[in-house]
Amino acid sequence: MTRRPGFLVYGLLVAFVLGSAFPIYWSFLVPSHGNDILTDKVPPLLPGGNFFSNAQQVLDTIPFWHALLNSVIVSGSVALSVVIFSTLAGFAFAKLAFRGSNVLFVLVVLTMAVPTQLGIIPLYMAMADFGWAGHLQAVIVPNLVSAFGVFWMRQYLADAVPSELIEAARSDGCSMIRVFWHVAVPAARPAAAMLGLFTFMQSWNDFLWPLIALDQNNPTIQLALEQLQAGYYVNYALVLAGTTLATIPIFLLFVAVGRQLVAGIMQGAVKG
Amino acid sequence: MTRLPARRPEATAPVAGRPDRWAKLDLKVSPYVYVAPFFVVFAVVGLFPLLYTGYVSLFDWRLGDDTAKFLGAGNYGELLADPQFWNALLNTVSIFLLSSVPQVVVAVAVAALLNTNLRLRTGFRMGVLVPYVASLVAVGIIFGNLFGVNYGLVNSLLEFVGIGRIDWQADRLASHIAIATMVNWRWTGYNALIVLAAMQAIPPEMNEAAMIDGAGPWRRFTSITLPMLRPTIIFVVITSTIGGLQIFTEPKLFSAMPGSDTGGSTGQFQTVTLYLYQSAFDNQRLGYASAIAWVLFLVIVIAAVGNYFITRRLAR
Repeated sequence: MTRRPGFLVYGLLVAFVLGSAFPIYWSFLVPSHGNDILTDKVPPLLPGGNFFSNAQQVLDTIPFWHALLNSVIVSGSVALSVVIFSTLAGFAFAKLAFRGSNVLFVLVVLTMAVPTQLGIIPLYMAMADFGWAGHLQAVIVPNLVSAFGVFWMRQYLADAVPSELIEAARSDGCSMIRVFWHVAVPAARPAAAMLGLFTFMQSWNDFLWPLIALDQNNPTIQLALEQLQAGYYVNYALVLAGTTLATIPIFLLFVAVGRQLVAGIMQGAVKG
Repeated sequence: MTRLPARRPEATAPVAGRPDRWAKLDLKVSPYVYVAPFFVVFAVVGLFPLLYTGYVSLFDWRLGDDTAKFLGAGNYGELLADPQFWNALLNTVSIFLLSSVPQVVVAVAVAALLNTNLRLRTGFRMGVLVPYVASLVAVGIIFGNLFGVNYGLVNSLLEFVGIGRIDWQADRLASHIAIATMVNWRWTGYNALIVLAAMQAIPPEMNEAAMIDGAGPWRRFTSITLPMLRPTIIFVVITSTIGGLQIFTEPKLFSAMPGSDTGGSTGQFQTVTLYLYQSAFDNQRLGYASAIAWVLFLVIVIAAVGNYFITRRLAR
């Protein structure tokens, strides 16, 4: 294990990473030139200078900034809510003794496997009844909690918070909620950040439910992209400029926290 | 309470017994208060809709119509005799198999490559995760372009190497392969990281002992690594089953007529969830769509359980 691997390993990995990155690069390459490179026998591999004019056209065609703001609001509130409720429940399951805790936790694990996406029809009917259809709360409220989140925080807090610390705080007269706030929350921070990040990205990519619950006037970024594509003649230079624009914010996030994302996936694998 | 007896007497000295009773109540009730939000919200937005779907499926319930007619099992009877449903189910299973099997195999291979003493280790790990960050809708649009019939890059390459153009849209199997490619592209690296984590949890002594016994790298991989990865592979397969059988965004965006829900001109790549969406929101038949949802739910449960047993046997 201490020997450096040979060229074959590096070669295969580099090929895999290039294959992973290529479609995203392509979606930048096309609008940076124009539709004519789609008919080229050998397309150029370096970007041209037309990206900004195509991007400007995207901004003129769809309510891009409005959609981006909507996505930030939706994903941000969903992530925040999932983190808060998961940390609370995770703390109770990990550290507090109460009757029925085992049964309840098994229920949490079981609900992780339930495809809640299949409940969209009654959800749609309810949203229509409440008059929420077309408003952001219609996509926020159904995602306020996550069974995976509770599971994740419980696994983390079980090791991260020493039980003695809780007992000590209790015997000092701390109420339970103060124990939670001063002992559990600081310890939970790394796992909570990870959970927030994953939830944010998941919510950012959500498509089926927003498509049902929202309309064209008030879209998320995914719906706006779909709008851009809809039509018999697809102007790829325009549409791919849109996908690139929409990818930039999430890509910047990835550059900033990609390391933690990798660690989070690997950590979840060992524990889950 | 006995560990730190007289450290802060002013805090523990009860005022007429009341703070003590309060502390007991606090201890007893708090856990339930902390877990309640999850269960309440889940019951309202997760469990109830799923169950109510079953109720709606017993009616001829039209969009925007409050006078639903009770049908009993009528929708289910119609569904089982509906060729479009069976077509969609077959497409879903086909796309699922084309995506999950190669995905797990390649993910294990990539994980094995990553599980070496690499330079730029974090760089490579982030590199394989890039597709996971791309948004699903963007991926659908990009691959729709790459797999374009006339101007797609994939067909240009195929023509260049002498295979000739393939109609990725019209041909049934070809369209499944194209859609499965999107899924594979997006998830293989992610799953490779999960498998990598499991590989690193294998105690190095096991490999060292096998090496002393004269086992080569391939033998060590099949006799030690693969069996030790079994729980992780089961986890990956089951999560990809639950997600894969509900596939919607990729086939919806792959259509040559963007915005349509038919999954191609003859439904050659319409999946069950796409058919569900079409039934509910294009045909406005909420009851029928609910029946589709429940049957799909059953299919997912059966497939997940079946997968569990198959993977357990295969990865022994």
